[in-house]
Amino acid sequence: MSAPNGSNGDGRLIGKSIKRVEDKRFITGKGKYTDDIILHGQTYAHFVRSPYAHARILNVDTSEARNMPGVIAIYTGADVAALNGVPCGWQVNFKNGDTMKEPKHPLLVADKARHVGDAVAVVIAESRNQAKEAALAVMVDYEELPPIVNAAEAVKPNAPQVHDDAPNNTCFDWELGNPKEEVDQAMAAAAHVTTLEFINQRMVPNAIEPRCYNASYDETSEKYTLYTSTQNPHVIRLLMCAFVLGIPEHKVRVVGPDVGGGFGSKIFHYTEEALLTYLSKQVKRPIKWTSERTESFLTDAHGRDHISKAEMGFDQDGKVLALRVKTYANLGAYLSTFGPCVPTYLHGTLLQGLYTTPKINVDVTGVFTNTTPVDAYRGAGRPEATYLLERIFDLAALEMGVDPAELRFKNFIPPFDGVNEPGYQTQVALQYDSGNYHGVLEKGLEMLGYEDFRRQQKEAAHNGKLLGVGFSTYIEACGIAPSAVVGSLGARAGLFEVGQVRVQPTGKVSVFTGSHSHGQGHETTFAQVVADKLGIPMDDVDIIHGDSDTVAFGMGTYGSRSLAVGGSAIMRSIDKIVEKGKKIAAHKLEASADDIEFDHGKFTVKGTDKALSFGDIALTAYVPHVYPADLEPGLDFSSFYDPTNFTYPFGCHIAVVEVDKDTGAVTLKRFIAVDDVGNIINPMIVEGQIHGGIAQGVGQAMFEGAEYDEDGQLINASYMDYCMPRADDLPMFETAHQVTPCPHNPLGVKGAGEAGTIGSTPAVVNAVIDALWSGGHKVKDVRMPMTSERVWRAMQTSSSSY
Amino acid sequence: MQIHVKVNGVDYTHDVEPRMLLVHYLRDVVRLTGTHVGCDTSICGACTIHLNNQPTKSCTVFAVQADGCEITTVEGLAGEELHPLQEGFNEKHGLQCGFCTPGIIMTMADFLDHNENPSEEEIRHALKGHLCRCTGYHNIIKSVQYAADKKKQSTTQTQEVPV
Repeated sequence: MSAPNGSNGDGRLIGKSIKRVEDKRFITGKGKYTDDIILHGQTYAHFVRSPYAHARILNVDTSEARNMPGVIAIYTGADVAALNGVPCGWQVNFKNGDTMKEPKHPLLVADKARHVGDAVAVVIAESRNQAKEAALAVMVDYEELPPIVNAAEAVKPNAPQVHDDAPNNTCFDWELGNPKEEVDQAMAAAAHVTTLEFINQRMVPNAIEPRCYNASYDETSEKYTLYTSTQNPHVIRLLMCAFVLGIPEHKVRVVGPDVGGGFGSKIFHYTEEALLTYLSKQVKRPIKWTSERTESFLTDAHGRDHISKAEMGFDQDGKVLALRVKTYANLGAYLSTFGPCVPTYLHGTLLQGLYTTPKINVDVTGVFTNTTPVDAYRGAGRPEATYLLERIFDLAALEMGVDPAELRFKNFIPPFDGVNEPGYQTQVALQYDSGNYHGVLEKGLEMLGYEDFRRQQKEAAHNGKLLGVGFSTYIEACGIAPSAVVGSLGARAGLFEVGQVRVQPTGKVSVFTGSHSHGQGHETTFAQVVADKLGIPMDDVDIIHGDSDTVAFGMGTYGSRSLAVGGSAIMRSIDKIVEKGKKIAAHKLEASADDIEFDHGKFTVKGTDKALSFGDIALTAYVPHVYPADLEPGLDFSSFYDPTNFTYPFGCHIAVVEVDKDTGAVTLKRFIAVDDVGNIINPMIVEGQIHGGIAQGVGQAMFEGAEYDEDGQLINASYMDYCMPRADDLPMFETAHQVTPCPHNPLGVKGAGEAGTIGSTPAVVNAVIDALWSGGHKVKDVRMPMTSERVWRAMQTSSSSY
Repeated sequence: MQIHVKVNGVDYTHDVEPRMLLVHYLRDVVRLTGTHVGCDTSICGACTIHLNNQPTKSCTVFAVQADGCEITTVEGLAGEELHPLQEGFNEKHGLQCGFCTPGIIMTMADFLDHNENPSEEEIRHALKGHLCRCTGYHNIIKSVQYAADKKKQSTTQTQEVPV
C-alpha cells in the first residue's frame, strides 16, 4: 500500500486523491461491525413477526416457547404496552393548519399488526438458533383484516383503516408554492401542456450489512450501552432516552462502530433499538439481534413510493409557464423518524429544478397503508422531484419536436455565484446558493458527442436498432441543514454538527466529529482537511467518530451533510486552535498576536524569520512555563456549526441505451455524469460516491422495486427475488466535474453523497423512451423498473400517431 | 458433533451443532469476523471463503460439512505483505463501507489464479456472484485490473531470477 500521507511536495492535501486510511482494516477482515461484537454473557433475540399485513391480535401464547432449551425470557406487546412508541422527528401540517396524524408506533404491537413484519413478541435465548426455534413456537391467534397497500386507493371512502385515529388513512395533506388558482391560470394560457402520470416505485435500500443491535446494562454504574448499526449514534441516544424510554441520557452510551452501508435506512430510530436497550436491564444480560435479510426487507424503512400526476405548461417558444403536481406519498404503516418530511420539504421544495418556472404548485397527501414504513432512501425526496421534472422535460421535448438539450438551455436559471450575484429565490421556499447550470449540460454534451450520437441513432433506427439518449439536469438541497429554517418547516431537531480538535502535547491531533462514516471515507477526508489547514502530516491526525461517550454530540450523516456541516464544525475549531496558537507564539516570540502569521505549520512574526513550529506551540500549551498570564493551558477546542443555508449541488447526467426491439431488453451502453458538488477535498472519494449513487439510481430505473401483492405481502423480500445491479449490468461510468464553490461554508463544499442517485434515474428512463420514439413507438412512460417485459409491452401497445 | 478444520493454517477442534452454518462457526466460534453474512441465501457473496482452495459461500455450508477441510478466510489471505488484490482495492478505491469486500476479494483471488490477464468483461462476469451496494463496481473492476497487473509483474520478476 502506498503511504496515505501526501504531505510531501507542496504540503497541501486538499484536492488530492489520497488513498483511504480506513481501508486496511476492511481489506484484511479486521473491520468491527456490530455483529462482530460478542459481549460477556451474550444473549440473542429473535422476533415473532406478523405474517399478515393487517390482523387483529387475539391471543399470544408463549407457554410452549418459554420451556424450550436456552430460552431466557419472552416479551409480548402487552408486556411493553406502557412504554412510549418511537417518535417522529418532523411535523407536517394539513393545509388547514391541523397537525399531521401521528399514531403510536409501539415497540411491540399488542392490538393489531399493521404490516407484514410488525413485531408481536421477542424471544431472548442463549443462542441465535435457540431464540429462533422458540420464536417459531410462540402461538399467535390473528383475526385477518382486509389490508390496503396502494396510497391513492387508501384515501378513498370505505378503504380499510390502518389506524383508528387517522381518518381516510390520511396523515396530512399539504401544499407548497404559488396559489393553485395562479398556477391554473398560467397553465390555461400555455401553448403546450405535457402531462405525465407515473409511479415512483417503492425501493428497498438494502445496505449489505443487515441492521444489528447489541444492548447491555451495567448494574454498578447504572449505565446502558447500545452498539448499533446507525448513521447517527447521538440522535439515537437522544430519541431513545428523551422520547421512548425516559432514561437519563448521561447513563446511556450509544456506539455506531463500523457500519456496512446505510443509504438512509440506518438514520432512523427503530423499535428494536429501544426495546433491546430496555430489556437488557430486565434480563440483566447483553442482548444481540441481527436482522435476517428477509426481516430487513420487511422492517428496514423503504424509500420513494409516490403516485404522481405532473403537468407542465410551455409557451410557443418552449419557455416553461407553470408546473402543477399532485402526489400521493405512501408513508407505510407508521411514521418513521423523518417519514413525513421526505415527500414534502425534501420533494416539493425541489420542484423549481434548474428552471425559471414562474408558477409552481405542489400538493402532497401523505397516506398510511399496511406496508413497511417509508422514509429517506439515498436522495430522499430529491430523486422523486428530479425524476418528475426531468421526465417531463424530455417528454415535452419529444412531444413538441424540439431538442431536449435546447429546451433545457432555454429554461435554465442564468449563472450566479451567490457572492457578487444574489442566490436564486425559488417559488418553493428555497434560495439556491450558487450555480452555473449551462456549464454542466454543455460539458455533458461534449463528452457524449451529441451530434455524432444523433447521427448514429438515425442510422441505427434505419438498421432496425433502437438507440436512445436521456438527459437529466438535476439540483439537490444538501448540507442539511440550517436549524432555524428546518425548525420553521417542522423539524423537531437542530441540524448543526459538532467538531472537536484536540491537539496533544506532542503536536499530534485527535479530531472528534459528530458525523459518522459508513463508507464515505471520513477518516481520510477529514484528516486531509485538518492536516492541510494545520500544516502537519496526515499521519499525525486521527479521526474519531461514532461513540456518544467520546464525541461530545453529533447529528450524524445523511443528506450529503458530512463535509459541508461536519467539516465546517471542524474548520471552526481549527480556527480557534490557530488563534490561540498565535497568542502563545506572540508571547514566546515577544511580538503582538496581530503580527503572527500561521502557514504550513509555522507561526511566524510577520516580515521576520522568527518562527515557532506547530509542535512547539502544542508543547508550550501543555507545559505552560513561558506562557501568557491570561490564557488557559491546553489546545483543545470544540465547535458547533449550524449552516446558514442548504447547499445546492447540481449536475447533468446522460444515459445512452440500446433497446432490443424483439425482447424489450435494455442495455445501458454509456453513462455520463458531470457533477458540480462545489470544492472537492478528495477527488477519488467523490468519484466513488458518484459511482455508487449512479448504480443505485440505475437500479431504480432498470432493476429494483418492492412488489406488494393485494394481500400486503412483500413478494420479493429476498436477494433471490429483489433484483439489484450486478457488475455485468453496468458500464464503466464517464464522470467529470465542474466547480462552483458554496459561498456560505468555510470549505466551499456542497456534498456528493446523493448526487449520483438523484441525477441518474430519469436519464436512464428518458433514454429508453427516446429509443422507443426513434423506432416510432411514441410511448409516454414505461413503469420502473423497466423490465424487458414492460418495455416490450410498451412497444406493442404504442401508437405511432401519438 | 466434533469437527476438525484447519483455518488459515491453524488447526481447530470444536463440538458444533449439526445445524450450525460454516459462516457462523467461523465468526462466532473461531472468532474470525472478516467473513460476513449479508443475505442468508447465497446471493450477495459477502460470506465467501476458500474451502479446500475453492471459493465457497460459507452461509450455504454447514460447519460439519467442513470437517477435515482446509479453510482460508480473508484474514489469512495476506502473507508478510498484502495480497495484490488487497493492495489494489486500496489503490483504486475499490471499497467504501467494506462489508462486501472480503467476499469479493476471496472470489477474485481464485479468479486471478486461473485468469492472469482478464478482460473487463471477464471480471464483470466473475463478479456476478457478489453484490456491492456502495461502489457501482467501477472501482472494483479497476482494483482487480490493478491486482492482475501486479501479479503479472511479480511473476515476470520471479522468472527473471536465475535459478
